[in-house]
Amino acid sequence: MAKGRILIEESLCKGCELCTTVCPKDLIAMAHDRFTPKGYHPAILLDPEGQCTGCAICSVICPEAAITVYRWVPAAAAA
Amino acid sequence: MALELLEGNIAFAEAAIRAGCQAYFGYPITPQTEALEHMARRMPELGRVFLQAESEVAAINMVYGAACAGVRAMTSSSSPGVSLMMEGLSYIAGSEVPAVLVAVMRGGPGLGNIAPSQGDYNQIVKGGGHGDYRPIVLAPATVQELIDFTTEAFDLAEKYRCIVVVLTDGNLGQMMEPAELPPMRPVRPFSERPAWALTGADGRKPNIITSIYIDPPVEEAFNRKLMAKQAEIEANEVRYREFLLDDADLAVVAFGTAGRIAQSAIREARDQGLRVGLLRPVSLFPYPYARVAELALQVRAMLVVEMNGGQMIDDVRLAVQGRVPVEFYGRMGGVTPLPDEILEAIRGLAAKVPPREAVG
Amino acid sequence: MSALTETVVYRRPESLVPIHTHYCPGCTHGVAHRLVAEVIDELGIRPITIGVAPVGCAVFAYNYFNLDFAEAAHGRAPAMATGLKRASPDRIVFTYQGDGDLASIGAAEILHAAGRGENLTTIFINNAIYGMTGGQMAPTTLPGQRTTSTPTGRDVEFHGLPLKMCEVLSQLDGSAYIVRRSLHDVPNIRRAKKAIRTAFEVQQQGLGFSMVELLSSCPTNWGLTPRESLDWIRDHMLPAFPPGDYRVHPALAERGATRRADGAGGALDGGG
Repeated sequence: MAKGRILIEESLCKGCELCTTVCPKDLIAMAHDRFTPKGYHPAILLDPEGQCTGCAICSVICPEAAITVYRWVPAAAAA
Repeated sequence: MALELLEGNIAFAEAAIRAGCQAYFGYPITPQTEALEHMARRMPELGRVFLQAESEVAAINMVYGAACAGVRAMTSSSSPGVSLMMEGLSYIAGSEVPAVLVAVMRGGPGLGNIAPSQGDYNQIVKGGGHGDYRPIVLAPATVQELIDFTTEAFDLAEKYRCIVVVLTDGNLGQMMEPAELPPMRPVRPFSERPAWALTGADGRKPNIITSIYIDPPVEEAFNRKLMAKQAEIEANEVRYREFLLDDADLAVVAFGTAGRIAQSAIREARDQGLRVGLLRPVSLFPYPYARVAELALQVRAMLVVEMNGGQMIDDVRLAVQGRVPVEFYGRMGGVTPLPDEILEAIRGLAAKVPPREAVG
Repeated sequence: MSALTETVVYRRPESLVPIHTHYCPGCTHGVAHRLVAEVIDELGIRPITIGVAPVGCAVFAYNYFNLDFAEAAHGRAPAMATGLKRASPDRIVFTYQGDGDLASIGAAEILHAAGRGENLTTIFINNAIYGMTGGQMAPTTLPGQRTTSTPTGRDVEFHGLPLKMCEVLSQLDGSAYIVRRSLHDVPNIRRAKKAIRTAFEVQQQGLGFSMVELLSSCPTNWGLTPRESLDWIRDHMLPAFPPGDYRVHPALAERGATRRADGAGGALDGGG
């Protein structure tokens, strides 16, 4: 299971592709098969092998604050 | 309260303080700098805000900011400085925050001189800054009126959420006359700042104060709102003074210092048998068009006296609608007319214009 | 295996309104807005913060921040902010301005706000061009840079050299914290955030005027993709506008470095 995951809010994404250029594991891609309501191709997490660590680097570069980053941590640590 | 000898500039500054002015931002410019200096001394004494800004541009924008914070804010300046404020005034009008400006006119155009004039009537009364807005404009002719109108200016500005300009000249700014200052009013505490003010969105929806409405129909709707407010002001805030008009068949129309001097000329003219009176508009916006129109049915001619090349005369002609001749006497460049000159102009008009046909 | 729970590592700050902005795709205004909003959230100052928006691409910034906001005339934000702050000294007041707003028409206002040591914070977005009006020369346009008003490239003989506002404002005794950062990559964005936090803390401490200049992109008017734009900042703007700390109030220097490795806290945390 992946250590982390991201959720990209497509209503905010403008398809600028910056997140795709900074992910250390190259897990973000542009969804060229569809458009957001504003007419952009949204970015999506493509992580079939569960490699996302929730490092949040993508959220640092995102100009739209469209990315929420999650990480699985030991329950004790989260408490 | 006692009568004291007060200089106009200091009188209006102190009047503003007593009216609860919380912030003054200004820049030195003759002939009103005494007001800035008085504020520099008094405001810190009272724990209020005083700042000499780097320019009139900055000063009016500081007034704008303080007004957005919900405090009673004002500035004062003179012709070249007021020109610099026009952008800021338009923004203030376009965002409906209250603000008070005391404009002490001097010779112009350009650098002009430091002597008194009325050359900025068109600029101030017709708005001044870009766009469709009109400030309320009050024109005192005595130091007492300067005090009274400055005091009232803050209440009017808040009542209508608009700009109020007290429009005067260097004569009044720098003369000393006996006058009475009102008692000190308390300043508004933070907790009583208006609901629309920018005080921090603590437990409420954020307030935004702006003058941009990028969508034209929305901007038009806002402009209609301003027009409606203007109509309300026109209905409620017309002010003027009259002197010996009841039986007059000649009227002098003049504001501020020109009106005051005309009064002396009129006394002399009466002694010489001329039935002349004075209409002295006090509110230049809203202009007393109705009273002027009424007068046009009574008198046989009007003489407009101004310390400019003829600016208020357009408003008089607008109201008179050609019913009677409207003549002009003016001095420019910072020259203040003497009563004798105005008397001569009255006599000239009296000799020139035939008597009114008797109305049956 | 111990139980795992999913935590949120990063979510959009409260001080940003959850709406789509009008900024171009990849425009670093979005990053700058986000950083300012994150800092305001972290400092807990949203209920007492008032922003002043410029004229420029960020003219509608007030729609995007969940704060009281005023719209200033072009260049006048520091004067308007001065009025706001002096009328309400216990509020936090910041201006957000572009290179035309701050360094061209507003040059006098920013100079004097800094000179007076106004307890204000200015976020200065320097993208070496006028964005909103379609790509004209800015005071910070680089020599040789093509813009719509320098179609053959900025000629230093005609237009002089770019204005370096951090360098200028750092000369004034009223300036307490004048720094330049860049938004062209993740490490620099992180440094920028720390600087923004320090700048707001400087205001909280009443130390004087603080400004964070942020080297920013304008993909549309530079004619580059968002990625290419960030590289253009790195390759062309960094040499002309070196990031760094141009003036740091002694009170800040005493309490230690303005940057901490873990990114948490600022120079003035724990002080009260």
